[in-house]
Amino acid sequence: MGRFVARRLLQMIPVFLGTVTIIFFMTRMLPGDPAAAMWGDKAADPAQLAAFKHRMGLDVSTGQQYLDYMGNLLTGNFGETMAGRKVIDVIGEALPVTIRLALLAFVFEVVVGVTIGLFSGLRRGKAFDKTALVFTLLLISIPVPVLGFIFQNVFAIQLKWITPTVQDSMNLGQLMLPAIVLGSISLAYVARLTRTSIAENIKSDYMRTAIAKGLPRRKVIGTHLLRNSMIPVVTFLGTDLGALMGGAIVTEGIFNVKGVGNALYHAINLNEGATVSGFVVVLVLVYLAASLIVDLLYAVLDPRIRYA
Amino acid sequence: MTTAPEKTTAGQDRLVPGTPLLEVRDLHVEFKTRDGVAKAVNGVNYSVAAGETLAVLGESGSGKSVTAQTIMGILDMPPGRVTAGEILFRGQDMLKMSNEERRKIRGRKIAMIFQDALSSLNPVLSVGYQLGEMFRVHEGASRKEAKAKAIELMDRVRIPAAAQRVNDYPHQFSGGMRQRIMIAMALALEPDLIIADEPTTALDVTVQAQVMDLLAELQAEYHMGLILITHDLGVVADVADKIAVMYAGRIVETAPVHDLYARPAHPYTKGLLRSIPRLDQKGEELYAIKGLPPNLYKVPAGCAFNPRCDVATDLCRTEIPALHQVTDRDGAELAGRKSACHLWKETLHG
Ligand SMILES: Nc1ncnc2c1ncn2[C@@H]1O[C@H](COP(=O)(O)OP(=O)(O)OP(=O)(O)O)[C@@H](O)[C@H]1O
Ligand code: SF4
Ligand SMILES: [Mg+2]
Repeated sequence: MGRFVARRLLQMIPVFLGTVTIIFFMTRMLPGDPAAAMWGDKAADPAQLAAFKHRMGLDVSTGQQYLDYMGNLLTGNFGETMAGRKVIDVIGEALPVTIRLALLAFVFEVVVGVTIGLFSGLRRGKAFDKTALVFTLLLISIPVPVLGFIFQNVFAIQLKWITPTVQDSMNLGQLMLPAIVLGSISLAYVARLTRTSIAENIKSDYMRTAIAKGLPRRKVIGTHLLRNSMIPVVTFLGTDLGALMGGAIVTEGIFNVKGVGNALYHAINLNEGATVSGFVVVLVLVYLAASLIVDLLYAVLDPRIRYA
Repeated sequence: MTTAPEKTTAGQDRLVPGTPLLEVRDLHVEFKTRDGVAKAVNGVNYSVAAGETLAVLGESGSGKSVTAQTIMGILDMPPGRVTAGEILFRGQDMLKMSNEERRKIRGRKIAMIFQDALSSLNPVLSVGYQLGEMFRVHEGASRKEAKAKAIELMDRVRIPAAAQRVNDYPHQFSGGMRQRIMIAMALALEPDLIIADEPTTALDVTVQAQVMDLLAELQAEYHMGLILITHDLGVVADVADKIAVMYAGRIVETAPVHDLYARPAHPYTKGLLRSIPRLDQKGEELYAIKGLPPNLYKVPAGCAFNPRCDVATDLCRTEIPALHQVTDRDGAELAGRKSACHLWKETLHG
């Protein structure tokens, strides 16, 4: 297992370097000149402009800029914004908010999705199952922004339970509604996947054995059925953790959450190359870590999988 | 010996010590599916006593497994449905018991061994856990006690290095070892009766005999009843006390094992016996009963075997033969022998 982790970490290095390289050059290709954006319409003083370019490391060739950037990254230096703030500080402010939002959505989709899927699978063709199928289809087909507006309308404007937008981005209670909106589509997939998996496994021979052993229903389902049925669901959840981070960016916009989405939006508008690539670097790291965790979890759930 | 007080069961009772542990009476099971109603079991009667081995024989689809699943209470319902009959365990009809009462019999009093141990064991739980579960659920044993008992059981079924292998998973064992684990699981709480549904069919020929011997040995040691389902007549001869032959969901013949081999009283049994490959017949073409097994959605009228029977008469096509007590030429009852054939006399004596 230790070797497996080590190997996976080694495999991540080229993936990481490749992604960062692509991102670096893409941010350099953003339309407009960052220096021009800084000065707006006014003609810049050439001396000031040269000083600014030097501070930002823009006065060397693009190749040299790339090498400088990569070198700095390895020492944990993400560069500075044009206004002179450390990019790492900007990330440190926004990332925890998005991670909270994504994790909250994740917990919501797992708990509610698996529960719906389990009961649907156990009551195939019954009223609960049919209702759940319609409900999940609905969730899948409504675009997230529309769902967000519906929620804002119902819970904030009609019922006045909450404010339409989030006031304190670190407050878990206030993040609840955005998290539900964010997790809703994945919830529908989790519920459907769980249902299919339960319905398939319930017919298996080992379930028949479990019943023949005289185990109580609670154990037959909880220990034998659920554990086997979770294997495909975990695979989905692994890829979804990354997707949630991306989806959070849209949801943050709807509810005015001051997370990565918000920060990225502003950075792109201001042509802040270092900030944009900094965020992307961190997001890539989160994706890679999530996929490693899922692979490990997968192997724990299914002993037939070898760490190979 | 021939002055049995009661006509029907006297023979069987004399054959083995003690009263039947399990008695299936006139059991009917059907499946409602999209294609109609499949009559899988149409009047099964058999019994097993403690320490006795009953072999249930029959072609694929004859209802052997469905009968066993109904006894265990693990029939898929729906689509399955018991439409008539009784299953008496120590004289009590299990079909009338509550789910909870039946659950307490399962695993503890009656245990089952399935054909395919790989798919019948849970792939994601260690064998030690799956064995120990019996003690934890039924006897409230602690995790540690359960593990110790699991190792003991694995030793009992002669799995080498049991203590080292207790945490291994089913896929890490060979087919024969996996089936030993199934046997160990069935044996865990020393049940009164074990139902083994083709326990060696999925195994390599070389290990079939070992596993069968182990099962027979343990059965004798614990004095359990054993219902051994198989379609392999060869396996039966050594281990069974008596045989029940099934066709289209009915028992067509029951007899003590050697009587059945020597002098079958049903044309279907006769055909089955002729179709066993024998060493002295090398080169000759193997006999096969003509025709196909019956369609359970449309069982033939009269004797279900009549379209395939060489000696069928008009009576066979209209009237279902009763399960007759078989007698010798002088009319004396033959112990434990019954045949569901209008022409059993001609078949046996002719
Ligand atoms: N779950 C089910 N749904 C529908 N029909 C079923 C089901 N289980 C069994 N049957 C029907 O019952 C018939 C008898 O099946 P059973 O499994 O008892 O045969 P068997 O004698 O054990 O055969 P084999 O030697 O192949 O195991 C089958 O032909 C099948 O059509
Ligand atoms: S009852 Fe008739 S058809 Fe059936 S086995 Fe006997 S002789 Fe053949
Ligand atoms: Mg079968």
